[in-house]
This record gives sequence, C-alpha cells and structure tokens, in this order.
Amino acid sequence: MTGNDPDGITAAPRTLAVTDLSLVVLIGATGSGKSTFAARHFARTEVLSSDFCRGLVSDDENDQSASRDAFDVLHYIAGKRLAAGRRTVVDATSVQPEARRQLVNLAREHDVLPIAIVLDVPEQVCAERNAARPDRASLPLHVIQRHQRELRRSLRGLEREGFRKVHILRGTAEIDAAEIVTERRYNDLRHLTGPFDIIGDVHGCSSELESLLAKLGYDDGRHPAGRTAVFVGDLVDRGPDSPGVLRRVMDMVEAGTALCVSGNHENKLSRHLRGRRVQLTHGLAETVEQLAREDEHDPEFRGRTATFVRDLISHYVLDGGRLVVCHAGLPEKYHGRTSGRVRSHAMYGDTTGETDEFGLPVRYPWAEDYRGAAAVVYGHTPVPATSWINNTLCLDTGAVFGGRLTALRWPEREIVDVPAERVWYEPVRPLVSEAPGGREGRPLDLDDVAGRRIVETALMGRLAVREQNAAAALEVMSRFAVDPRLLAYLPPTMAPCATSTEDGYLEHPAEAFASYRADGVRQVVCEEKHMGSRAVALVCRDEAAAAERFGAGAGVTGTLHTRTGRPFFDDAGVTEAVLDRVRSAVAAAGLWEELDTDWLLLDAELLPWSLKASGLLRKQYAAVGAAAGAAFPPAVAALEAAAARGADVGELLARQHERAADAQAFTEAYRRYCWTTDGLDGVHLAPFQLLAARDRNLAGELPQDRQLALIDRLVDADVSGLLRTTRRLVVDTGDEASVAAGTDWWLALTAAGGEGMVVKPLAAQARDGDGRLVQPGVKCRGREYLRIIYGAEYTRPGHLARLRQRALGHKRSLALREYALGMEALDRVAAGAPLWRVHEAVFAVLALESEPVDPRL
Amino acid sequence: MFLTISTTGSAAGPATDLGFLLHKHPDKAQVFSTSYGDAHVFYPEAEAERCTAALLLEVDPPALVRRGRGKSRGGAPDAALAQYVNDRPYAASSLLAVALRTVFASAMRGDCRALPERAAAPLPLRIEVPALPARGGPALVARLFEPLGWQVTAEPVQLDGQFPEWGDSRYVRLVLEGELRLSDALRHLYVLLPVLDDAKHYWVSADEVDKLLRFGEGWLAGHPEQQLITRRYLARRWSLTREANERLELVRLADADDVEVEEIDNAVEAEQPEGEQERPTPLAVQRREAILAGLRAAGAARVLDLGCGQGQLVAALLKEPRFTEVVGVDVSVRALEMAARRLHTDRMGERQSARLTLLQGSLAYTDKRLKGYDAAVLSEVVEHLDPPRLPALEHAVFGAARPRTVIVTTPNVEYNVRWETLPAGHRRHADHRFEWTRQEFRDWAQAVADRYGYSVEFLPVGPDDPEVGPPTQLAHFTGGGTEEKKTHGKNGPNDTNDRKKEDAA
Repeated sequence: MTGNDPDGITAAPRTLAVTDLSLVVLIGATGSGKSTFAARHFARTEVLSSDFCRGLVSDDENDQSASRDAFDVLHYIAGKRLAAGRRTVVDATSVQPEARRQLVNLAREHDVLPIAIVLDVPEQVCAERNAARPDRASLPLHVIQRHQRELRRSLRGLEREGFRKVHILRGTAEIDAAEIVTERRYNDLRHLTGPFDIIGDVHGCSSELESLLAKLGYDDGRHPAGRTAVFVGDLVDRGPDSPGVLRRVMDMVEAGTALCVSGNHENKLSRHLRGRRVQLTHGLAETVEQLAREDEHDPEFRGRTATFVRDLISHYVLDGGRLVVCHAGLPEKYHGRTSGRVRSHAMYGDTTGETDEFGLPVRYPWAEDYRGAAAVVYGHTPVPATSWINNTLCLDTGAVFGGRLTALRWPEREIVDVPAERVWYEPVRPLVSEAPGGREGRPLDLDDVAGRRIVETALMGRLAVREQNAAAALEVMSRFAVDPRLLAYLPPTMAPCATSTEDGYLEHPAEAFASYRADGVRQVVCEEKHMGSRAVALVCRDEAAAAERFGAGAGVTGTLHTRTGRPFFDDAGVTEAVLDRVRSAVAAAGLWEELDTDWLLLDAELLPWSLKASGLLRKQYAAVGAAAGAAFPPAVAALEAAAARGADVGELLARQHERAADAQAFTEAYRRYCWTTDGLDGVHLAPFQLLAARDRNLAGELPQDRQLALIDRLVDADVSGLLRTTRRLVVDTGDEASVAAGTDWWLALTAAGGEGMVVKPLAAQARDGDGRLVQPGVKCRGREYLRIIYGAEYTRPGHLARLRQRALGHKRSLALREYALGMEALDRVAAGAPLWRVHEAVFAVLALESEPVDPRL
Repeated sequence: MFLTISTTGSAAGPATDLGFLLHKHPDKAQVFSTSYGDAHVFYPEAEAERCTAALLLEVDPPALVRRGRGKSRGGAPDAALAQYVNDRPYAASSLLAVALRTVFASAMRGDCRALPERAAAPLPLRIEVPALPARGGPALVARLFEPLGWQVTAEPVQLDGQFPEWGDSRYVRLVLEGELRLSDALRHLYVLLPVLDDAKHYWVSADEVDKLLRFGEGWLAGHPEQQLITRRYLARRWSLTREANERLELVRLADADDVEVEEIDNAVEAEQPEGEQERPTPLAVQRREAILAGLRAAGAARVLDLGCGQGQLVAALLKEPRFTEVVGVDVSVRALEMAARRLHTDRMGERQSARLTLLQGSLAYTDKRLKGYDAAVLSEVVEHLDPPRLPALEHAVFGAARPRTVIVTTPNVEYNVRWETLPAGHRRHADHRFEWTRQEFRDWAQAVADRYGYSVEFLPVGPDDPEVGPPTQLAHFTGGGTEEKKTHGKNGPNDTNDRKKEDAA
C-alpha cells in the first residue's frame, strides 16, 4: 500500500483504488497540489475544500481565524453528502491527527470507508507554488516546514487511525502519474439480477438442505435455469452435519452458483478456527467435534472452511438494489454501507440490552421501523412461519429445532420449504409466536404521515401533500377514524361537469358528454347519483378472515366508514348488522369463490341522507327553510296591505312571492333525501363500485359495465332489502342520438326528484389521446338539488350569471390526484403491502381533502 | 328578514305620527341601500288609531359571501358550505340590526324636529319580528326584553312540519308590546338582535365596544343580563379571530363528511373572550397537584405532557425548575396555538423557552421524538379515544416512547352520580368515548403494565367517596426500558460479554 519510490524520479503509473462510496481525505502540506490533484481525479462537486469553506464563512479563503467555522461547514456538507450516499473528497491539509480523527469519525458515523491519499512533496516545491500565488505569497516558510513535519510523523499511523485504504504518493512525478480506479463495495452486487433462491438458517441440517435444493430444482448444486442460491448465514452449529452443509455451500459459492452472507455462528466459528478463545456453547461444540472427525479423511477441509468463513461478507445488495440479504436484518440506512457496526448489525441484529426470561437477548424490532424500498430477506430469529413485515422477511423457520427449512424464490416471492426430519436440537425457548412487530407490521409511525410528504403513485407519479393539510388529516385520522388497519381506502372527490350555459342550468350533461368526446372517450356510463352519505364497506367472509388479513379484533368482520374515515355508526352492533347483510349477499351471489377472496371492499352510498347528516340538516338546511317559512307570509301580507293603500310596492311584492317560492322549492329539495328510519328499517346501501379483493384492484381493472353487472348480482342476491340498485345508461359520446338519450335520461331522473348522475368512462383508468389520465367521472347535479348547494335562489338569472364564473381547475386537479392516490391505496392493499404503505396513500387522500377548493363544487 | 313597528293613537295623538318619528312618510315606500342589500320601508297600515311601519331587508347572498371571503388561493371562495346556504336572507340577525341603524338613524337618536315631545315620550308600541334567531330560546328572549319594560311573546318555530321529530328551530316569532320611547325600542333591537342571534359573523368593525356603550346607554348598565349581553355582543370579534386562525382545513374535512365543524374541531372548549378565561375547577387543580406530586416523587426532570390541550399542566410544570424539559404534545393544532398563547411563548425568555417544546403529535402513531424522557403524563386523554384504538396508544407510549414513569388520569364514572348537574347516564364531556369504573380502569392499567413491563399503583384524586370513590382516578406506572438498558450496559457488539448473549441465537 505504501509508495516505494522515495525520490519521485521515475514515473511508473500508480493506480489507486478508491471505493465508490467513501470519504477520501487528501493529506499534504500547503502547496502540495491537493486541489489540482482533486480537480484532476474527482468530480468538481465531490470535492470539499477548506479554503472554499473559509471563504464562505469569512469572505477570505486564507483567514486562519475562520478555520473553526469553516470546518464546521465542511463537516456539515460532507455529512449531508455521505448520508445521501455520495463519495466525498476532503481537500484540506489534514496533516494533524486531530483533524483526521474528526474525518474518520464522520466516515464511521455514515458507515462509509475512510480513505487516505497522501501527497508527500518536497518543501521546496510547496514553497515555490505558494510563492506563485499572490494570496499565499506572504506565507512564512515555517508553516510549510511544520506541515511537513506533522505529515512525516503521521505516515505510519494512518491505518491505525482508522483509514481502510492508505495511498501514499511521494514526489511530484508519482503524483502526476497516479490514476484513480473506482472500486465497487464488496457488498454491492446490484448488477446480479438472479433469479435467486434465498435459503434460511440451515444449522448443520445437511439432509434437509439437500431436500430443499432438490425441491428448488438444483442438481448437485447447479440449477438448470441458472438460478443462484443465496444463503442467509448460520450454516453451522447445533445440527448433525455442519461439515456436509459447509462443503455443499462452499462448492456452490466457488462454482458461482451460490452466494453466502455471514451469520453470527460463522463469525464465531471463524474466531474459533483462528485460535481465539471462544466458548463452545450454542451448538458450536457439535461443529467442532464434527470438524475434528472431518480432519481424518479431508485434512484440507478445516483450512478451507477457515478461509471461507473469514471472508464472508455480512450483507449483499442485489438485483438493482431491490433486494438486500443479510443474516439478522438491516435498516435501510445501512444498506450498501461499510462499517463495523453495519457488519455487526447484519450478523447480530440490534438488541435492546435486555434479556428475556430464558436469558436470551431481547431483539430490537427493527422491521417495525423499516420503511425502505428494498426487500430485506434475513434469518437469525426462528419463527414458526414466514411473513412479510414492512417489506422484510425472516426465513429462519427453525429447521434444526424441528421446524422447516425455508427458501424464498426471488423475484417470484414464492416460499418453498421442507419439513425438518426431526428435532435435532432442543430450543432454549419456544419459537416466538410471531416475527418482530407482529404480522401486520404495526405500529404506524408518525414519520409515515406527518409533515410535507411525497407519495409515489403508479398513475400520476409523485404527489405532494402539504404540511398544514397533513396536520389537519392527522387530527381527524387520530381522533375520529376507524382503526387504520381496517381503513384501506378513502373515496376521492369528484369534479362537476363543465359549467353549462344552457338557460336556467348551472350543470347539464351535455357538457360532460362533450368533454369526454373531446378527450377521445367514446363509451361512457351514466350512473344515478344516490342522495345519501358516502360509505365505504370492508366486508370479510368471517371473523377469522378479518383477523387474519386485517388484524381485526374479536367480533369485528370489517368496517363501514364515511369519506373521512369516521365510523358510519357509533354502535358497532349496527355496523356488524349491515356487514352481515352485505356478506350474505356476497355469499349468495357466489362472489367469494368467483373473486377467490375472503374480503371485499365496496364503495357505496348509504341512504337516507338524514341518517348521518341529521345534525347538519336540522341546523343548516331545515333551519333555513323554517326561517323563510316564518318570515315570508307576514312580509307578503304586509306588502299586500301596503299595496292596497296605494304604495308603490308592486315589484317588491312580486319579488317576495318569487323568493318565497324559491325557499319552498329549497325545502322540498332537501326533504326528498330525508325519511324516518327505525333500526335498519328504511336504511339502504347502494353499492356502485367494487374496489378491491384479495390480489385484485377491482376498481382499477374492471370496466364499469362489468362492475355494475357484479353489483346487480349482489343486489339480486340480497334478501334483506338493504341493497339498492344503481340505475345506469351507457352513452356513446360520438353519437348524437345516444347523447340526446343520455340528456333525456338525466332530465327524467332529476325531474323525479333525483340528485343527478355521474358520468364515467366505461373503461377503467381511461386516458385521452395523449395518454393522460382523464377525469374518472364527473357529476351532473340536478337543477333542484343544486338549491341545497348554491342557495334557494341560485336559479335567478343574476345569480346564475355570477355562479357560471366558477373555476373548476383546482377541483379537477384535486379529483385526479385523489383518484391516483385512491388507486394506489387499492393497489397496495390488494397486493398485501405493509400497512404503512396502504395508510400513507389513504392518509394522503384525507389530507388533500382539506385543500382549499370551492366547497360547492 | 323582516320586522314591523306598530303604535296606536287617537285624534289628539294620531298613530301616524310614527312617520314623523321614524322620518319616513307613511304613504311612500322607500328604498335604502345597505352593505348587504336593499332595505325597504313601507306602511301596511297608517290610520290615526293604528299605524305600522315595516322594514324589509332584501339580503343579497352573494354580497354576504363576498364580504366574508378571506384570503384564499386563486381568489376562489373558500369556507364552509354553510356560508352559501344560510338563514341570513330570512332571519332577523345582525344584518337587520345594521339596516335598522342605517334606515332609522335619527329615530334611534331620538331626534325629531317636527314632534320633539312625542319622540321624548313613551308610545304604546308593538314590534313583531317573525323570524328571530334566538340562541337560548324563548326563555332568554324574555329575560332580555322583559327587564326593559316589554311584554314578550316568543313562540318557537318548528323546524319542518314534515318531520315533527326534529323539533323546534332556533327561531322564534317575537312580539314585543309596551309603552316605551321609540328611540329606546330601536336601540334595544339594535343591540339585542345580534346578541340573540349569537352567530358567527362575517364582518366586524373595530368600534364595537363604542357602539355597545352608545346604544346601550341608559338601559344596559342596570340590565340583569348585562354580562351575557356584553359577552355575546363582543364575542363576534372573537369569532373572527377564530376564522383568522386558519383552521379551514378542518372546516373542509367536516364539510366533506356532512358534519358541522364543531363536531370535529372540538379539541378546545368553546372559546371565551380574552380576560374571561375559564376559572379552574377545584378538581382540575387537585388533579394537577396530584400529577405534580407524582412527578416530583419519581424524580422526573424531563417530562412529556401527552395531550397537553391548552397547556394548563405545562404552565404548572414550567413553574418548577426541577422540570428541566417540558414537552407538550397534542394532536390539535388549535389546542397548541391556544397553549402557545396562554404560555406567552412569543415573549418567553431564552432560558425558559429552551425548557419548553410544543409539538403536534398523535398517540395513534409511534413517535421517535418522544423517546428517552423521564416521565409522561396522560391527563384526561385516554377517554377521548375509541376503545379499539387504545392498543395503539398503549404501544406508542409504553412500548415505543417508554418513559420511566407514566401517569394516567381519567374520570371515575361511578362518581358521576355525585355530580348534581350531570344528568344520569351522561358523560362528563361530549367527546368522552367512554368513562371507566374503578375496576375497569384498574384492569386496563394492570394489563398494560404487565404487557409492557411496568408496575402500577393507583391513587384517588379529589374526595374519595366511600361508596363511589374519587371523581378522578390516577394510575402511576413505573418501569420502562431506559432504566433497564442502563443497568445492563451495552458497549456495542465488540464487548465480549455481550457477544456471548448474542451468539445465543
């Protein structure tokens, strides 16, 4: 590692290996050419110079009194870069041990390798270079001499100081001829894409390993399809044949058909084989004994094993960064990092420092906190069955304790396992019932939802949630919503159709048909808009299914919640009664089998409106009607009397008559959506969309006609009278007659007191000619209904003219963004994504609902 | 939005003098422009025996909305839907009061050059307001007007004849009769209409206090309900502050769900005008004392107040130097704003403010910021959570934050029978999702303690009734992970002792 050309006369090119993620510390006296060297070999932004930082804080690059602040700045920036995984080169003299110590610590703090490159240049050269620079011309020679002294004194100790690579370049010729070669980290195997078969803790169960390899399709350590086995470590100890396992794995690794990371047992074995004093506990004694027997017929084996276990890497990043394999699990910030603590965490996990009643260390449930994009597959902690938690999977199913030996096929994510042939080793404690964190990866963390956030969606890419909206959503979600595990979806808002210019109308279906036609959407379906309250129903086949899939408590088979996630009914018994009726209909319609699911998420409208909105109705709507009803008759009577006396109040009187009629129409408008209920008598649920079921985002894949056909079957199968059908009409936006039929349908619907209709593209997730998502639906509300929204008198020409200036842009944008988030939530819940992933999208919908948009739209 | 003023008279003093007193000719119909629409004055009858003047304000709803519109994105109207569909065009609210003052300004002052002696003398008056919003109902209407010499008839108006089960609206059909000076009558109406309405207003002017003094002159000072009148009249200013608080996000979420915003934004008790902050009940003081005593005994220095509300306990903690770090956490941004205002954080010295942190947080989620504290207080918090969501709180506090000491207080439902004002079977607060008996609380606390490795003791707060126990029950948990971690000592995995344990897996 050290240069061997002290005179710097010959110029044999030197190649210096520099790891791709590292902290490179240039060491050299002032004038030794560090900046020039850095500029030649590294990107401009990779290099942080202390002179530059001095300039930043003091406006003078040579102001030594600013050094302290300058280095604070330098360390801060370096820290940010390293945290982001960017190689950083520090261009400062770094000739003093204290200066280097800080940098080594910084590297360790961010788990990257500290690398030293020393530029050892004769004093004379440094002096000449400084003299040539006007700003340094006055630098006294003794400064350079001091630097040189300190540098010389440092040279031998650099590795001991913690630098993992040390390159010393002596003399200008060697410096000029040096070349930097960027090296990958040992753990970086992102270029390997497998496919892989990741195999759990074997612990000397050679026979089970052979069975598993056979079941996976390997033939004598080689897979015909070129798959690669990846062992998560703990090959040895406790079991009957650790040498047999080692031989198989070492052969495969050497042949390039397998990878293996180090388990804690390999680490301990390695220490034993290197002659360290290690207690022969936890099954090591068995291995030692088996190895001793092995010595007799294969004397090479011990040495081969020692080298193998010594050189094992503690974790690998594979498949383009999508997969991380290690023994004991690894938080995201350690992925691809290189430090003692990363290695230690990868092999031993993180313990809380406590021990349990069996004297075993209590492990920190790191997987609960895990939010990384890469899947982490690991072993170490025996569990009765594997299950994904927050995109992590523990494969140690206790083969040696009589459990199973388990493998994961990647990227297929299939589990393949074989049972243990017997209990080879009695466990100290029974296998814990669940992997850390519980099967659903509870709890949610505030960092999953709070503050300004970006949510990645398949439909619209990255969507932002602003901080104040997240704050409001946090309040409502925390205080009023149902259990987040049951809250798989919140309905997006829907924009109205473009404003109509039709006489007397603010909204008219002609606009809806025209805009879809303009978007190139021919087939649309008009669906009757039920005037109730939005309700999302999660129905599980039974209590067991609800507990298994959603972690629901006793007696809970799903949920029925409002559009902000609040329980629809205060009484859980009523909720269950509704769910029960829906469940019966699903069963009778045969949908459990047909959709191959044991849960179903439905979007629906619950009627009557007065059931949930009675407070609002009384305080707001009925009150307005009551006030008008009390005020107009005496006012009209007084005006009539005044008119009889000859006062000129004719116009005023006529106007009051009209206003009184408008107020009466308003009262009639809200009354249509109110009726008295008794228990569930008079209560109706009108499902209009099947959202999701196991493995399927039904809203995202089924066209509306197929959706409605399934729902019709539900309604037909319902014997309780709860479910209500949704009337609909398919319209071809390109066919005038069809459009006219659609308009007539809407006119008839609203004339009969209907709220209006929703027009949706027939196809799911429809796009326009440019491939952009179109509105997933627009609403056309009836003329009378809109009195409830815009006020009793909105139809008067003056008012209408004003209202027609309404701006729809923000509402339409919001509707699309919430739709994309809703689809994302459904994708995630259908795919069985970790709870925090589902919750993130659902929470974002709620947050967006608090964005400032005209509430009348 | 309509009212009539009638008087009776004789040949000597004809009722039609009302026209002079009001400065409005009985044979004309006149129109006056106000900020919220046109006010019309006309006379349905004008005889010597009987004369009636009518005031009709034609409210222009868009004008209402325009005036109320705050600063919002893109100039879009942005507030609760309630703003667009409301009773203002029909009910006799403060808008009508404004119209009264605009149209009858001279009469209100008692000016009448033509008939000064009639203006100065009481008249037999009858005032009808057919749709008067009256918070407090007919009873309050009587309490407000009767002391002024009116004979009051106030009939409640039914909400909707088709739904009798909905009951009465907040409107009354008001008839006032009495011998009063016209100017006094008008000033009564000008002040008391908005007081009865007691609604949130979309407008306010800076001189409300002056106006109240001016129009209340001669009758307000001696009114038995003076306090209520003053408070409500001036509360309007406060309501405006509330809107300015920009909690519109919550308004919108309430709108989305067809509920009133008060149902969601209820973390802070109904706001009181400045200077009239709640007088702490003896029980609240006792509770605070019990908590402080528990924290002192535990030797806690760094304390979390989880669900700090408006910061009453935080203020008490800051008074004791032993509490070197006080963190108030609440999920309600409004509560935190109130706490900051109450604690005067903007004027706090550096040393003091270094001890205090106020955070928005939620106990439904784990929160890294809450780790490593000596103690956490959950005072009157758990009962605000739906029972199915309690396990998440338990995990967030006892499992994740793991302070050494946790103090939980909650009402003892058994004691409710001792509250004279609390109807049987009612909870103490509308947002309480449950209230526990002593046994239920003990069972819960003991189970939590067992699950998370704490020990727990129980203390009564307030008078410990031999039959039903104390009004508040307190659980003091001791344990937590930080202590244990320290005693075990962990110097990293290179420590040989440690490695032995880790090899065990």
